Amino acid sequence: MEELLEILEELHPEVDFNTNKSLIDDKILDSFDIITLIADINDAYDVAIPAHEIIPENFNSAEALYGLIERLLDED
Amino acid sequence: MLFTSYEFIFFLCLLIGLYYIIPKRFQWQLLLISSFVFYYFSGWSNLLYISVTIVSTYFVSIKLNGLTKKQKAYLKENRDLSREEKKVYKEKIKSKRWGWLLLCLIFNLGILAVIKYTNFALSNINSILTLFKMNEISYVNLLLPMGISFYTFQSMSYIIDVYREKYEPERNIGKMALFVSFFPQLIQGPISRFDDLSKTLYKEHSFNAKTFSFGFQRVLWGYFKKMVIADRIITAVLTITKNPDTYDGIYVFIGMLFYALQLYADFTGGIDITIGIAQMLGIEVKENFIRPYFSKSITEYWRRWHISMGTWFKDYVFYPLSVSKPMLNISRSSRARFGDKVGKRLPVYLSTLIVWFTTGIWHGSSWNFIVWGLLNGVIILISQEFDPLYARFHERFKVKGTFGFRLFQVIRTVLLLSSLRILDCYRDVGVSFRMFVSMFTKLDIGVLFNGSLLDLGLDVSDYIVLVIGVIILIGFSLLQRSGSVREKIANKRPVLRYSVYILLFFSILILGAYGIGFDSNQFIYNQF
Repeated sequence: MEELLEILEELHPEVDFNTNKSLIDDKILDSFDIITLIADINDAYDVAIPAHEIIPENFNSAEALYGLIERLLDED
Repeated sequence: MLFTSYEFIFFLCLLIGLYYIIPKRFQWQLLLISSFVFYYFSGWSNLLYISVTIVSTYFVSIKLNGLTKKQKAYLKENRDLSREEKKVYKEKIKSKRWGWLLLCLIFNLGILAVIKYTNFALSNINSILTLFKMNEISYVNLLLPMGISFYTFQSMSYIIDVYREKYEPERNIGKMALFVSFFPQLIQGPISRFDDLSKTLYKEHSFNAKTFSFGFQRVLWGYFKKMVIADRIITAVLTITKNPDTYDGIYVFIGMLFYALQLYADFTGGIDITIGIAQMLGIEVKENFIRPYFSKSITEYWRRWHISMGTWFKDYVFYPLSVSKPMLNISRSSRARFGDKVGKRLPVYLSTLIVWFTTGIWHGSSWNFIVWGLLNGVIILISQEFDPLYARFHERFKVKGTFGFRLFQVIRTVLLLSSLRILDCYRDVGVSFRMFVSMFTKLDIGVLFNGSLLDLGLDVSDYIVLVIGVIILIGFSLLQRSGSVREKIANKRPVLRYSVYILLFFSILILGAYGIGFDSNQFIYNQF
């Protein structure tokens, strides 16, 4: 989780990713951010996030995103 | 049979009458038959094309679902398999499913590509052949089935979603056929998603006076936009754009603003009719526009204009492409070579340009549409790069959020979009750029005041109708920001309420532009 928070903070230093639960709904993360994020996650966790997992529920909070990474790692 | 024809009005009245008389369980079947009858009027061969898409998509969707079920059953029966063995089996099924999906996509998008782009490809090949003084290849005579881009995209979204296991496929081929061919949205969208449309498409619907009346009002509003505004102003747009040698300079500016109005009234009007008809039948079709001309940037505009197309490209092209292995590899290698800044941007930039290239060519098989699409992409990327600059500007000047600055942003966006659409108006890249430049080099403001505007095919009464029409459009959009306008009207006193309805109805009858030297039946987006 620490590593994910670092990646997110690098992308948007002004956002508190520990508390924000509406990163997509509030348009904090746009499609450009999401692609950058997925590339960074791929490097850090060696997990590929497929296109169909790019839905608001998975990207609205750091917690949800970490849940997705764990699920994908588990499926792998 | 187009929305503005008398045949269509007759067809619709007959359908609605039958729809609420017959036993409810037959309603969706009636819609299916009606959709095929409706499409038959655009040419019987078109029925063949759409049927091929329906059958192939249906067959593959069942196949994909069968493979998923087979995998689940196998893994359930063989719980004692090692993790590695399970992985190997899953990979095997995955590659089979991928093969079927690919086949379905290539087959259906192939049909679209061959019909829509063969002559475009031939014209480019011929240009090269001419350059080397070689004989040209003759063109092929292929008629583009109406709405093929829309129903193909809708079917492909369905098959990709089934592949992604977003939902179970529809087992009844008739119901699936209705999803693909549902007549109100068949020829100009929106490109609905199965999980949205199927919620109400197959349900049994009792007559509901309020829903029916709201649907009818929406249809009337659509006809008002189309017949009173779009079909009136098109005369001036055509006069200007078909005669670029006579009408350059300030006329190009007038033409591009007129075209912005025409396109808005035509396309949103057509979608109002679509959504309104569906509502009269008790079916919900998702909105395709959210007051797009109030957008403060091009990026925002594309989130609010033709939404179903934008989200289609985002979900099925942009994201899959951006997160694909080759793209991530490009990102990785370019990061190592050029540093983080460039490496991170490269996949997004490449995907954005590919998406806009595709969006352009989806609109039409000619270079003007491709250049138009790519320019949209370039502007979006440039504005993305300017973000830090904007942030510094707003730190220094506290204008963000003020009415004046918002108005400036809205006007800037409309002007930028209209400039890009010059490519759409003239349908030729060279002429479009020449006309764009002439706006700055031959700016004769006098044209606005010396009566020349009356030579464009519109008289004073036409301009008065258009000005009133624009005021009504803007007023409507402003009202809409705080909720449904129809609800607001419904809550007014009966005298006022019915005055609005009667006024709207008679304004279409009296002020509608009926066949004044152009094909008044054709909606702009029908050609895609």
